[in-house]
Amino acid sequence: MSTTTTTEKNNHFQDHLMEHHHEENFFTKYLFTMDHKMIGKQFLITGMIMGIIGVMMSMLFRLEIAYPEQSFPILEFFLGKWAPDGVMDPNIYLALVTIHGTIMVFFVLTAGLSGTFSNLLIPLQIGARDMASGFMNALSYWFFFTSSVIMVVSLFVESGPAAAGWTVYPPLSALPQAMPGSGAGMTLWLISMTLFIVSSLLGSLNYIVTVLNMRTKGMSMTRLPLTIWAFFVTAVLGVLSFPVLLSAALLLMFDRMLGTSFYLSDIFMGGEVLSYSGGSPVLYQHLFWFLGHPEVYIILLPALGISSEVIATNSRKPIFGYRAMVGSILAIAFLSFIVWGHHMFVTGMNPFLGSVFTFTTLLIAIPSAVKAFNYITTLWKGNIQFTPAMLFSIALVSTFVTGGLTGVILGDSALDINVHDTYFVVAHFHIVMGLSAIYGMFAGVYHWFPKMYGRMMNKSMGYAHFWLTFITAYGVFFPMHFLGMAGLPRRYYSNTAFPMFDNLADINVLITYFAIIGGAAQLIFIFNFFYSIWRGPKAKQNPWRGNSLEWTTPVEHIHGNWPGDIPVVYRWAYDYSKPGAEEDFVPQNVPLAEGEESGH
Amino acid sequence: MSAVSIIVLVVLVILTLVQVMRISEISSEIQKGKDNEVSPKDNDTQGRLMLLVGFGFIISVVVMYIAWGRHSLPEPSSAHGAEIDSLWNLSMLIINIVFFIVQPILFYFAYKYRGKKGTKATYYEHNNRLELFWTMVPALALAVLIIWGLNVWSTLMMPENEEEPILVEVYAQQFNWTVRYSGGDNELGYATVHEIAGANIVGVDTQDPASADDIIAKELHLPVGKPIQFAFRSQDVIHSAYFPHFRAQMNCVPGSVTNFQFTPTITTAEIRQNKDVKAHVEEVNEIRKAKGEDVWDFNYVLLCNKICGAAHYNMQMDIVVETQDEFDAWLKEQKTVAETL
Repeated sequence: MSTTTTTEKNNHFQDHLMEHHHEENFFTKYLFTMDHKMIGKQFLITGMIMGIIGVMMSMLFRLEIAYPEQSFPILEFFLGKWAPDGVMDPNIYLALVTIHGTIMVFFVLTAGLSGTFSNLLIPLQIGARDMASGFMNALSYWFFFTSSVIMVVSLFVESGPAAAGWTVYPPLSALPQAMPGSGAGMTLWLISMTLFIVSSLLGSLNYIVTVLNMRTKGMSMTRLPLTIWAFFVTAVLGVLSFPVLLSAALLLMFDRMLGTSFYLSDIFMGGEVLSYSGGSPVLYQHLFWFLGHPEVYIILLPALGISSEVIATNSRKPIFGYRAMVGSILAIAFLSFIVWGHHMFVTGMNPFLGSVFTFTTLLIAIPSAVKAFNYITTLWKGNIQFTPAMLFSIALVSTFVTGGLTGVILGDSALDINVHDTYFVVAHFHIVMGLSAIYGMFAGVYHWFPKMYGRMMNKSMGYAHFWLTFITAYGVFFPMHFLGMAGLPRRYYSNTAFPMFDNLADINVLITYFAIIGGAAQLIFIFNFFYSIWRGPKAKQNPWRGNSLEWTTPVEHIHGNWPGDIPVVYRWAYDYSKPGAEEDFVPQNVPLAEGEESGH
Repeated sequence: MSAVSIIVLVVLVILTLVQVMRISEISSEIQKGKDNEVSPKDNDTQGRLMLLVGFGFIISVVVMYIAWGRHSLPEPSSAHGAEIDSLWNLSMLIINIVFFIVQPILFYFAYKYRGKKGTKATYYEHNNRLELFWTMVPALALAVLIIWGLNVWSTLMMPENEEEPILVEVYAQQFNWTVRYSGGDNELGYATVHEIAGANIVGVDTQDPASADDIIAKELHLPVGKPIQFAFRSQDVIHSAYFPHFRAQMNCVPGSVTNFQFTPTITTAEIRQNKDVKAHVEEVNEIRKAKGEDVWDFNYVLLCNKICGAAHYNMQMDIVVETQDEFDAWLKEQKTVAETL
């Protein structure tokens, strides 16, 4: 009873917001907007631009790995003094690897994915007129934007961008004498990441408050679409873990700028003993991975949420085991906080800790397995509509399984010893986290493009983009397992210093071919995306015949999302092909028919 | 020149895409303008492609195993290595079974249940028994892996020795390795970065009597069949001492000493006779000959496996595993700290 009144009051409050109409000009509409839909699009476009930079970097260093120390004019074109006569310098190789990782993990798959779809979908799917705080939301984007600009600027400083790997372990990252990238480039990296963390916290707090307080009448937590569950839990993870990264970054700044010794001790460099004493580089790793591991799920959960929605809609079936899906999201989120040490099995930490982290890490496989099997059962006896979004979602299930399985090996401390920091790890995390999340993001863009721009993306180009991406991505990352099993370390500028790896050179050439084709295939997507914004055919209100509330809003965006009252919700989001219903979908705002049982 | 060609290439690609787009638009208009809605024909095509490409992927995984499986590291040359490898093999078996069951089912379902006109999906929202089943099965498999894994881990980390292990220090700096043997007293002299000067590259405190018989070398010699207790140090950044053939790895962390112990079981001379190693050497030398590079003979090697700077990729040291007599003879040739510093 009391909840109903709160909701009603809430709706009144939200309707009141609607009455504040004001004239919009270019700046208030596209730049300094507080409308969640536009902010979502801002995150997407910025994320895509960062994605283009990150992927192009990987093309450059793949060229180097396949043809080490050979001259390519294209390298000199892009890298200038860092590739004299077209031969890449080892320092810039490490910088490219570092910035590629940073950009893809944080800027594309955290802000670009979560920022876009949490902003776009949370108010639309829970039935709210906007986010709890539109201003904080705008602030979140502008912090992200500033952080992106600083990260890009850091590419152009004279001593080169940060190059100590995306995890920037000190002392390598702390001492400018250790490598050129640890100079001004590293300072900018830290400033950029600090702003990024602020952006992420502002966004996450807003998402949490909005989901908890602004659901429309009838939208109980157990009627939320799985997308919202995923975004909500992701935001909680972010709020709990990003501050720890902030502290890690601040202490690293202190060590670099103020001469403190949080992470440094007993260092002899450049012919002298440095004055640091008593710190521990392993402390940094604990702090970093306390964020770093939840971060993997901050990236992955939104993608899993998106694919749950897309798979159910396009199988024309309820998602199988809704409660188990929610339960496994919660279980994964909880476990993600107590597994960080599996990144540190060989740091010399207490072996007992290693045992604990092995135990908790392997437990994550259980909720993950439940998710994978539930996806597959959702396909079973479905009536699958192969939209490009659906193809990417099915591919996500495939990569989630492939990459998740090798996690069983890496999570086992005894086995990790021999493949730690080899290409086996590179294969594992690119497949399970990189590809799955990118596929989730593509699925989201193809699926909600009509909601974002009121137009449809071209289907044929979507198909071409999917198949080229799916084939080349596995072509890039699956062979890396074999490189790792042969003992090849990651982050090697060249493998020619060890004759034992000479017979792996062909595999690396093959991988590079796949990478270049796959990278080029993304041009199809980019072209399709921008072309369709202006020239795509007009979308219908509910093009995929979906149940969730965003498809009850008009195609043209308006402030407050619904022209009249906010719809009231009577059922869960997955009444697809319900027996007795006329159509194969029943939107959430349709009241239960007489005698109809609430499906769930 | 290259800049121009890149721009031309990009323009050409965009033009091609525009044309492709136009063609597809025109053709879809001819087909009654229902562009971009998924037609039953699309479902059929894409469903079949799912089956084809999906199974193509699964088959190519088999092909990769056949073609590249031989690249995997040869038989382990340490006592604990065999235990790691058995656990590895069991884990690989389990994950491959799951892979080769789940992936075909996924792609087959995608094909089998591709949308057809007039069909309706089955409303099937949950089944507790089924869900319990696929919670319990992974849980059981993982229980086995966890228990065995922890067992192996504790034998690695807390080895029980019948004889006292030989103490050897592995010392890392940008970008090379140094080793220090503890000498006759099997005790390493105290060392600190503050003592580094001239030839004293690892910072041995020559005042410490235990340091007098320490031996500093640039090649790691190990006697076969003897447990070796390694102490790892670094003077600048984090490095990682990676001994792939011995299934051993430990970070070298500035400011602290880390440890790892293993017993080499196969001498360098013996491993060179190993069938897999011989095939590997032959293959590598064929490649090297074609490129006009020196002939290579197999050596155990220590690699740096933690990003440490520009020459990280070339931070290495040869390891020689030999009989006790050969080892003693080699050690005798080396000068002690008392003699050199």
